[in-house]
Amino acid sequence: MTDVPASFEKVFEPPDLLLRAEHSLCPGCGEPVALRMMLELIRELGLRERTICVAGIGCYTAFPMIMDVDVMQALHGRAPSVATGVKRVRPDAFVFTMQGDGDMVSEGLQEVIHAAARGEKFTAIVFNNAVFGETGGHMTAATVLGQHTKTTVGGRDRERHGSPIKICELVAQLEGAAYVARAAAHTPSAIKLAQQYLHDAFRAQLDGKGFSLVEILTMCPTDWFVTPDQGPAFLEKHLVPTYPLGVIKQ
Amino acid sequence: MSERVLMEGSAAMAESAVRAGCRFYAGYPITPSTEILEYMSVRLPQVGGTCMNAESEIEAIGMVWGAAGCGVRSMIASTGQGISLMQESFAELANAQIPVVAVNMCRGQGDYFQATRGGGHGDYRFIVLAPASAQEAVDLAQLAFHLADKWRNPVMIMGDFLLSHTSEIVDFRPPAFPELPPKSWAITGADGRRGITLSPLGPAEKLSTDIAAALSAATAKHGGIKGEETRAETGHLDDAELVVVAFGFPGRFAKYAVRLARERGLRVGFVRPISLWPFPSEVIAAAAARARAVAVFELNAGQMVEDVELAVRGRAPVHAIGGISHDHSGFGVGPLLNVELILQRIEEAYGTA
Ligand SMILES: Cc1ncc(C[n+]2csc(CCOP(=O)(O)OP(=O)(O)O)c2C)c(N)n1
Ligand code: SF4
Ligand SMILES: [Mg+2]
Repeated sequence: MTDVPASFEKVFEPPDLLLRAEHSLCPGCGEPVALRMMLELIRELGLRERTICVAGIGCYTAFPMIMDVDVMQALHGRAPSVATGVKRVRPDAFVFTMQGDGDMVSEGLQEVIHAAARGEKFTAIVFNNAVFGETGGHMTAATVLGQHTKTTVGGRDRERHGSPIKICELVAQLEGAAYVARAAAHTPSAIKLAQQYLHDAFRAQLDGKGFSLVEILTMCPTDWFVTPDQGPAFLEKHLVPTYPLGVIKQ
Repeated sequence: MSERVLMEGSAAMAESAVRAGCRFYAGYPITPSTEILEYMSVRLPQVGGTCMNAESEIEAIGMVWGAAGCGVRSMIASTGQGISLMQESFAELANAQIPVVAVNMCRGQGDYFQATRGGGHGDYRFIVLAPASAQEAVDLAQLAFHLADKWRNPVMIMGDFLLSHTSEIVDFRPPAFPELPPKSWAITGADGRRGITLSPLGPAEKLSTDIAAALSAATAKHGGIKGEETRAETGHLDDAELVVVAFGFPGRFAKYAVRLARERGLRVGFVRPISLWPFPSEVIAAAAARARAVAVFELNAGQMVEDVELAVRGRAPVHAIGGISHDHSGFGVGPLLNVELILQRIEEAYGTA
C-alpha cells in the first residue's frame, strides 16, 4: 500500500483477517465487499479459530489465499456436500460456504437443496451477480429476464432460455432451512442490512437451529458490460425487481 | 488377538475399515456395493462415526472429501456406474492430496481401466488394490487406510459381485503398520496458527502462488509408491513355460485352474497382481523372460492384458484368454467363471505357445 502522510488520521482499515489488502478482482466488483462483511463478522463474533470456509469456483476463488482462516477449496458446485462432511466430523467448527450463482444455482443446485433439506448446520453464502463472471459473462440459472450475456445476446428470453431460479424462495420451503435472507452489496444501507442478515444466519448456525442461507446480490460491471461506477444502479434496476431484498425465513 | 468369523466380503471389508479407524462413510445404494452402506449405517454410529446415505454419488464423494480433508479416515463405496460419477472429485482429491479409500464393487472386471487409468482429468494416480477373498479384503482394507495416509493419496479397492456376496471365514488380525506422522495438513480451524487452504488448485500456504510446485508434489510420490507398494501373489514361476496372469476373485479360479494344469503335468505358473497400480510389471517381465508365453484371464474385453504386454515388452507372446461374462443379472458372474473352461483355455495357450 502507498505511504500515508503523518498528518492523516486513520479512520478505516482493511479487516485484519485479510492477509493482503489488494485483491485481483475487477474494479467495482461486489464480491470483495461481501468478503469484507464476512471477515469482519467472523472477527466480531470471535469465530476465527474455529472457522472453516468451503469455497466454490468463481471469481471469489481468489479469496481463499488471502483470508486468514482455514479454507477447504471445493469443486465447482460441490461446496454444500463438502461442507456437510466438514460439519459432520467437526460439529464444533463454524462452517460456511462461499459460492456464486453459477456455482450454487447452476452447477450444484441439488447440493444446496439436499443440504438444506437435511438441515445441515452450516451457513451457505451465495454471491449472486446473475452471471458466470469468471468465464467472461455467460447466462446462469439466475440470469434475469432481459439480461444481456454472451449466451443470451439480445437478452434472456423466457421462451428460449427459461426463467431465473430464485434460490432463497426455493430453499425456504424446506423444513431443514432455519434462516434464509437476501441482501445486496450496492449501497451503504444495503450493506448494513447484509451485515445484519449474515449475523443472524451465523447465529442460527451457532445456536444449532439448522441450515442457513444468505444470498448477496453483487455487482459484476465487467460482465454486465457497464462501467464500474454504473454497477450499483444496474443492480438496483435489473436484479432487485427479480430478487427482492429481505428476510425470507427465520 | 485374532477373531475368526463367517462374514460376507462386503461386511467383512466394512468391519475391517471401522477397525482401521474409518469414522466417516457416505454412499448411494447400487448392487453389489450396497451392503457396505447398510453395514456402515448400523456400525459407524456405534463407534461415534457418521454414515451418510447421500442423495447422489457426486454428493457422497463431496461429503467424503469434507470429512477426509478434516483428517478423519473416510471411505466411500460404489459400483462402476457410481464410480464414474465421482471421477472429477477423484482426480482433484489426488491433486489436493486428500487420503480417501474408495471401494468399487464392480460388475465383472470391466472397470480395470477406470480404476488404473482413472476416468478423471490431469496427472493423477490412485493406488489400486484387488482382493481375491474376504480375508484379503479385510487385510487390504487395513492396508488401504494406511497407504492413503502414508502417501496422502487416494486408494481404491477393486472387488466384484462374488467378493461382495460370498461368505467366508475371516480373521480380523490387527496389522502392524509403522506409525504415521500427524496430519498437519488437515483442516481444523486456524487455532494458534495462520489459516491454511486445502485445495486441488494450488499450495496450502496463504499468499503463495506456486501452483506448479503444489501439483508436482502431488505427483512426485508416484515413483516412491511404485518402489514400495507393488504387490503380487505368484506360484510355480521357476519352471513355468506358460505364465497365467489374473486378478481379483476370478484370479482364484485361474489359480485353481493352474493347479489342475500342474497336476496334468503342464509347466504353468501364475501371477496375481494384488496392486493393480502400481502394476507388478517386474515380476511379470522376469517370468515372461523364462517362459514361452503369457496368458491373461480377466472378465472383460481385454484391459489388464495391455499392462501385461507393456511389462512383457515382446519377450513372449501374450494371449488374452478371458472375456466378457455375465448371467441374466448383468452383475458379472457368468459362464466363464468355470475352472474347467479356464483350464481348457490354459491348455490351448500352452499348446500354441
Ligand atoms: C466442472 C466445471 N465446469 C465449469 C467450470 C468453469 N467455471 C469456472 S468459474 C465458473 C463460473 C462461476 O460462476 P459463479 O459461481 O456465478 O461465480 P462468479 O464468477 O460469477 O463470481 C465456471 C463455469 C469449472 N471450473 N468446473
Ligand atoms: S468478472 Fe464480475 S464477478 Fe468477476 S471479478 Fe470481475 S466484476 Fe467481479
Ligand atoms: Mg456469478
